[in-house]
Amino acid sequence: MTTQLSDETLLDMHRRMVRIRIFEEHAGKLMEDGKIPGALHLYVGQEAIAAGVMVHLSDEDWITSTHRGHGHLIAKGGEFDPMFAEIYGRATGYCKGKGGSMHISNMQIGMLGANGIVGAGPPIAVGAAFSNKFRKTDRVAVTFFGDGASNEGSFHEAANMAALFRLPLVFVCENNGYGEYTPQANHQAIVDVADRAVGYGMPGVIVDGMDVVAVYEAAGAAIERAREGAGPTLLECKTYRFYDHVGVRGMGLNYRSDEELARWQKRDPITLFEGHLAEHSILSEEAAQAIHAEITEQVKAGIEFAESSPFPEPDALLEDVYA
Amino acid sequence: MAEAKPEVRKLRYVAAITDGVRQVLEEQDNSFLAGEDVAGAGSVYGYYKGLLEQFGPDRVYDTPISEEAIIGLAVGAAATGCRPIVDLMFMDFMGECMDEIANQLAKMRYMFGGQATLPVTILTMAGAGASMAAQHSQSLEAWVCHLPGLKVVMPTTPYDAKGLIIAAARDDNPVMVVLNKMSLALSGEVPEEPYAIELGKANIVRPGTNLTIVALGRMVHEALSAVEPLKALGIDPEIIDPRSLQPFDTQTVIESVEKTQRALIVHEAVRFGGFGGEIAAQIQELAFDSLDAPVARVGAPFSPVPFSPALEALYVPNADRIVAEVKKMLGV
Repeated sequence: MTTQLSDETLLDMHRRMVRIRIFEEHAGKLMEDGKIPGALHLYVGQEAIAAGVMVHLSDEDWITSTHRGHGHLIAKGGEFDPMFAEIYGRATGYCKGKGGSMHISNMQIGMLGANGIVGAGPPIAVGAAFSNKFRKTDRVAVTFFGDGASNEGSFHEAANMAALFRLPLVFVCENNGYGEYTPQANHQAIVDVADRAVGYGMPGVIVDGMDVVAVYEAAGAAIERAREGAGPTLLECKTYRFYDHVGVRGMGLNYRSDEELARWQKRDPITLFEGHLAEHSILSEEAAQAIHAEITEQVKAGIEFAESSPFPEPDALLEDVYA
Repeated sequence: MAEAKPEVRKLRYVAAITDGVRQVLEEQDNSFLAGEDVAGAGSVYGYYKGLLEQFGPDRVYDTPISEEAIIGLAVGAAATGCRPIVDLMFMDFMGECMDEIANQLAKMRYMFGGQATLPVTILTMAGAGASMAAQHSQSLEAWVCHLPGLKVVMPTTPYDAKGLIIAAARDDNPVMVVLNKMSLALSGEVPEEPYAIELGKANIVRPGTNLTIVALGRMVHEALSAVEPLKALGIDPEIIDPRSLQPFDTQTVIESVEKTQRALIVHEAVRFGGFGGEIAAQIQELAFDSLDAPVARVGAPFSPVPFSPALEALYVPNADRIVAEVKKMLGV
């Protein structure tokens, strides 16, 4: 980690990460307690990536997300109240309760949705990046996807088209080592997804996805390149999913070892970053705790908002099918 | 001196497609055309010829052969303020991009609670009869009519081709325009000025009294060819071309069946599970008391489209099969 960043940016990224973590921890518990319907795919462990990328973006820059999308939306500026309301299926949610966790979105802040289909985001991000260029803006698009999605044809078609058209797009691969429950070694013959970039004529960059400053720097370079019209970059962030594919304990499947999890938890991106911030006297341990407490209160208020919000009226069933 | 009736120029179906797309690109600055071989080659059938020259490379794009990325391009561009027209060369290629059509394009608005507007026009080519075999000849409209969020139209004449393309492009929803490859050389009146055909409004092609024929796409022409032999059987058919399958003009069909008391549905797609089943169900639900006979259907047999012209001729429904089905219906 380097310290050339302003304190303001560092603290901004810290806050985004903590907002994700506390939101997700509460959401996971609520799901496992049966309070939230359906399935949640939690972002815990991967927070440095969303924060380190999103701090470069404005509301006019577009992102596409994944089934593990809460973190991306929070880092992009999503608010707790309508987010909790959405995953509770309430009318006050970002999507009026009709999308839920897997389709949560807020287009006003440039978020083109979580997505229930693995690998569906990159082609849509190609369209958003194309649109930025077509409309002669200097906006960029960023598409998040996992190591598993990098095996989908949609990723490959999108990568080729984006490079061919020199689109202002950044492909951010969050390589957490598992495609659902299948370890990377069992789903692809390569170790570094970034190797795939060369096949499409774009740079491939590998970064430590647990180090928010490293992500910030690599993402900044890729986004700047995109804004300048030099085309896309494939940025691979090595990370780890602290919770299961679904929920916290998920289905109790024995697909990874406790030792492996413990090894990665030692590199918890928030703990690492808070150590760094304390070491450089940017944020004391007490001040960090105060931020956690403040955000916990906001999360609790969000849950209360959701639980006291109405479910959609029956008429909503057939609304928004067509414009 | 009496005022002369203004001459309406005649165009072939292929040129009507060009005319429609050209006028959309002229009237909508945020529209563009993208697809395989659409720019340099002007499409495999030539119906985009001249558009690259007229609008330039910032409006007309050749893409890689990547159907999923092409539809994704349209979804992302439409959601962020463009009005894309994308070409899916043959409808059979939907298999390459069905996720982007079915799970993204059709559903994004609903999933996002109305936040997204997706004014996408997909032009694609269907139809058998050219010995293009099982993967370049299908009529797969039933696949996409089953998707809430999507609109589906099937232009029958050159007039319809232009009018439905313009209507599709002016609509704020995704619309799939299912063109017919055997109709490309067909000539018909096409006004020069832009015009839109209302989506969801059926066309009564021929009024009649004692049989309603609902025919889709090119089958309208086959139904018209069957009129004389049907008259010999004492049948005066009313021929309805829905033009738009989604939304579907149920009312026009029901009113016709209430008058004629018989209904026959004709489509080129495989009969089993085809769109005709939906029309038949609607008729029996809403006009059961008017029916003198069970609703009949003519469609392709339950097989892939064969290559050999000898087999393909047996496969594709035609006027003779329409007449044969009516005879069965009448018990003659």
